[in-house]
Amino acid sequence: MLNLKVAGEQAQEALGAALAAASPPSCVIYLIGDLGAGKTTLVRGFIHALGHKEAVKSPTYTLLEPYDLPDRRCYHLDLYRLAAPEELEYLGIRDLLQPAATLLVEWPKRGEGELPPPDLVVEIGHDGECRQVQIKSHSKKGNNLLQAADLAAWN
Amino acid sequence: MLVLGIETSCDETGVALYESSAGLLSHTLYSQVDIHADYGGVVPELASRDHVRKTLPLIAEVLADAGVRRNQIEGVAYTSGPGLVGALLVGAAIGRSLAWALEIPAVPVHHMEGHLLAPMLEDDCPEFPFIALLVSGGHTQLVEVSGVGRYRLLGESLDDAAGEAFDKTAKMLGLPYPGGPELARVAAQGDPGRFRFPRPMTDRPGLDFSFSGLKTFALNTMHKELPDHHTLDEQQVMQTRADIARAFEDAVVDTLVIKCRRAVRESGCKRLVLAGGVSANRQLREKIQQTLKREGGRAYYPRPAFCTDNGAMIAYAGWQRLKAGQHEPLRFNAQPRWQLGDLSAVRA
Repeated sequence: MLNLKVAGEQAQEALGAALAAASPPSCVIYLIGDLGAGKTTLVRGFIHALGHKEAVKSPTYTLLEPYDLPDRRCYHLDLYRLAAPEELEYLGIRDLLQPAATLLVEWPKRGEGELPPPDLVVEIGHDGECRQVQIKSHSKKGNNLLQAADLAAWN
Repeated sequence: MLVLGIETSCDETGVALYESSAGLLSHTLYSQVDIHADYGGVVPELASRDHVRKTLPLIAEVLADAGVRRNQIEGVAYTSGPGLVGALLVGAAIGRSLAWALEIPAVPVHHMEGHLLAPMLEDDCPEFPFIALLVSGGHTQLVEVSGVGRYRLLGESLDDAAGEAFDKTAKMLGLPYPGGPELARVAAQGDPGRFRFPRPMTDRPGLDFSFSGLKTFALNTMHKELPDHHTLDEQQVMQTRADIARAFEDAVVDTLVIKCRRAVRESGCKRLVLAGGVSANRQLREKIQQTLKREGGRAYYPRPAFCTDNGAMIAYAGWQRLKAGQHEPLRFNAQPRWQLGDLSAVRA
């Protein structure tokens, strides 16, 4: 488990980019934190680092935004508006996992039971205007990711 | 030509009948959301997205209301994107099959084209070209509309939609989600001078928006002014919340107004249509009206029922395409991602 201190939007994006650089094409990352914590900001850094040039919009309304990236397919999910985990069927969640892809999931609790288990859980808390970011690995893949990621800047 | 319109792109199920000479004959909507609190987003529930159960009864309802029989329908228009794929497929499957059974043409409609043409449903409608500001829980876009199918995206939100920022900030302030309208109500009690929030992306050229930072700014202000163990009494807490709401609303409204003014000046087009759920916001309406007046132009507002998702706009947009001879062969598809710029223009 890692505890990092992140100051500002750019640093949050850079953290996303650092995780992306170490991530395998197939992995599942949960993002936990209050509204305004910076979950989508971290995801923006992650997706831009993998070669996406355009905007990374909030998926709160659409629930899901797909990205075709040079080395993988990546899905950004925001389950905030989900009333029941079964609603994930409406999004075709099973199709998203075949073939393997990267899943970045905000508000994963609302999809409990229907979501694939995470390799990594990123939890963002408040510390004044800064953010405390806790990253926990939940699999061998997650361990490898954390070992390969260059996170020295935030330690 | 009598056209049936079906809208099922997201949470609402909308159905309408439009007739080329008589205009809109009937329209109806199924929504879980209180009609008075209908801007800035909706709370989706399994039931509200269950278009399968809603669409056919709604079609029966508009037919009865308009006093026409099913076999008098001459064309079917359904929303085929963008939106949630499961929701879109329901409307597409019902619309296409109904057209097949009745041996009439069917046409897929772009949801945003529906919104852009919705002002044409009103008696007092703008002439082409006009600028449209679409602001809702899902979209914030400035579009130049030169004719049916002739759209140019001038700018859009790079992160959160304006309505989404309203809803999320309302939630942070302890209001129920989605709380955009409530936030506006609380803001009316706020002191406009106490806090000043930034006007994102107004200090550089361009017509894009960004509202995500405002949400974070509101959160940081709240943490600073209302810490967990605060020494303020209840009245002071309420006032601080109202002041934050006011600063937030002012920032969003100003930002939208600044970009609209810029779009009007840059394009030279002095007609501006305000649509989408957030266009119900009183501050926004007033300031847009004043601004357009000062620019020597005019603002248009479709009635609230046509600002949010509805079947009438789909029936109308579909009619425009059907009368130009467009229709879909015996197949259908949903396009969850669909750029407005990919649409074909319709010759008048």
